[in-house]
Amino acid sequence: MAIRKILGLETEYGIIHRGTDESNPIAASSMLINAYIASLERTDRAKGPTAAWDFEDETPGNDARGPIGGPAMPPEIETHLVNAVLTNGARYYVDHAHPEYSSPECADPLSVVRYDRAGEEILLASMAAAANLLPPGQELVVYKNNSDRKGNSYGCHENYLMDRQVPFGRVVTHVIPHFVTRQIYTGAGKVGSELHGEEPDAVGFQISQRADFFEEEVGLETTLKRPIVNTRDEPHADAQKYRRLHVIVGDANLSEVATFLKVGTTAIVLCMIEDDWLNREFVFSASVPALRTVSRDLTLRQPLPLADGTSISALELQWELYDRARKYSEEFGLEAIGHDVGVAVLDRWEQVLSGLETEPSSVARQVDWVAKQRLFEGYRRRHDLPWSDARLAAMDLQYHDLRPARSLAARVDLERLVDPAEVATAVTEPPEDTRAYFRGRCLQRWGSQIVAANWDSLVFDVGDDPLRRVPMMEPTRGTRAHTGSLLDSSSSAAELLDKLGS
Amino acid sequence: MAEREQIRKSTSSRSDEETVEEAPAGSEKGEQLKAELDDLLDEIDDVLETNAEDFVKSYVQKGGQ
Repeated sequence: MAIRKILGLETEYGIIHRGTDESNPIAASSMLINAYIASLERTDRAKGPTAAWDFEDETPGNDARGPIGGPAMPPEIETHLVNAVLTNGARYYVDHAHPEYSSPECADPLSVVRYDRAGEEILLASMAAAANLLPPGQELVVYKNNSDRKGNSYGCHENYLMDRQVPFGRVVTHVIPHFVTRQIYTGAGKVGSELHGEEPDAVGFQISQRADFFEEEVGLETTLKRPIVNTRDEPHADAQKYRRLHVIVGDANLSEVATFLKVGTTAIVLCMIEDDWLNREFVFSASVPALRTVSRDLTLRQPLPLADGTSISALELQWELYDRARKYSEEFGLEAIGHDVGVAVLDRWEQVLSGLETEPSSVARQVDWVAKQRLFEGYRRRHDLPWSDARLAAMDLQYHDLRPARSLAARVDLERLVDPAEVATAVTEPPEDTRAYFRGRCLQRWGSQIVAANWDSLVFDVGDDPLRRVPMMEPTRGTRAHTGSLLDSSSSAAELLDKLGS
Repeated sequence: MAEREQIRKSTSSRSDEETVEEAPAGSEKGEQLKAELDDLLDEIDDVLETNAEDFVKSYVQKGGQ
C-alpha cells in the first residue's frame, strides 16, 4: 500500500528594496528575516525562535539514480546566512539571494495550503517589521512569483515522502506526463517569453511562470539546466525506508485551490505509482518541448506527440490521470493523504478540468493563469494595448505582490479554502499530525535551550555537557498523538530528555 | 461519471477559436462576473505602480533554484 504522503512546500520569494539605489538582494533578504525574528523576540521572548539551522545531515548532492547519474555540480550549502526555525515548524532563511519559507511537514494537501498561506502572512509581517528599521521612504517588498521577466527564475519546490522500495525509474516514467500537463491548472500565468534565444514578445501570454526555464528531462541541478524531474536524494528521514521526491517544476500559486490541486493531484499520482496502478505509460517524444507547448497553448488541446507515434492533449492526459485516480480511490481508498481530503482533491480536480474544458473563465476564481488572463485581456481591450506594453508587464508582477494595497491577486476574488483564523494560528502553531509538532512545541517551550534544529533532529543544551541531539528520522512520528502527553508532562527540557532517554 | 462523459462529448466539437475569456452569453452568472471585472478595471489604475516602465525595469532578481 502507498505510504503516508508527508508533504511540504518551499517558496523562494522575489524581493526588492525600494527607495534606494544601493540595494543588495542578499542584504535585503537578511534584513527582512532578521527584522521578523527581532520583532517576535520583542513581543514574546519565550516564543521567539532562537534555534539556528543545523547543517549536520545536509546532503543535497546525493542523486536518486545512484552514483552513475552523470556529472553534476552538487548544490552548495550556504551556512553563513540567516537561517531560523519557527515555532510552527517551518524554516525561514536566505537562499540564493531570496527569502525562502519552507513549510513544516504536513500530512495532507489542505494542511499544506494552510501553512503556505501562513508563510505569506510571515512575509507580510516581516515587511512591516523591516519598515520600522528602514529610513522613511524605503521599503522591502516581496513577490510570490517565479521570475523577474528578464530570464532570472526562482522556485517553489514541493516535497513528497515516498516508499524507498519503489524503483526510481517507475517514478520518473509516470511523473513526467503529470508534470508536463498539470500546468493547465497549476500555472500562475506570465506575459511574454523568457526562453533563451527568443524575443520577449514572441509570446503574448502563457500559462506557466517556470516552463521557459527547463532544459532537461531528469537531473540533479536546480539552478541551471533545470530538469523536469529533480533527482536530489536527500530524504531528511530514514533513508532505508524513504525517499523524498523533490519537485522543482511548479509555479508558486496565489490561488489556494491551485496549491491544493498542485500538491493533492501529485500526491495521488505518487500513491498510484507506489501501488503500481498506472497501467498506461505516456512517453512524450520530447518532454521538454512538450512542457513549453502546454504552457503556450491556451486552448489546452494541442496534440503532444508520444513516442509510440500517437498523440494526446494536456487536457486529455489530465482526464486520463483523473479517471485512473478516481478508480484508484474506489479500489484502495486515499488514506495516504487523509481519505476525506483526498476525495475533496478528486472532486476539485474533476470540477476544474470540466471548467477548463467547457469555459475556462468559469474557473477564474480557482486557477491563477485564468484569473490573470481574464484581467489582463480586459485591460488590454479597454486601452487597446499590445501584450508588450509596460503596463501589462507591471500587472504581471503586481499580481504576485503580497501587499494588500498593491496585490492584484487580492482583487480577483480567488476562492479561499482555509479560514483566515486558521492561517493566523498556523503562523505560530505547528501541524499536530507530523514530526513538525515535536519541533514546534519544543521551540515554543524551550527555544532558548535548543541550539540547533533541522528537519530530522533537535540539539539541546541543558547546561550539562555534552549537547544532546534528539533524532527525528520518522516524519510520521513526533505527532501530538505520539508526544503530546510527554511534552505536556515535562516541566523542563532536561526532564523531557530524561524521559526520552537520550 | 456518465454525466461528465456527456459534457466531454458535447464540447468536443467546440471551435478552438472561440474566445476563452468571454463569459457565457446570456447567463446571469456570466453577466455578474463581467460587471465585477468592469468594476475592477475601473479602479485598477489607482492600484498600479505609477511608473510602470520604471517599475518593470527595476524589478531585477538574482536567479535562484
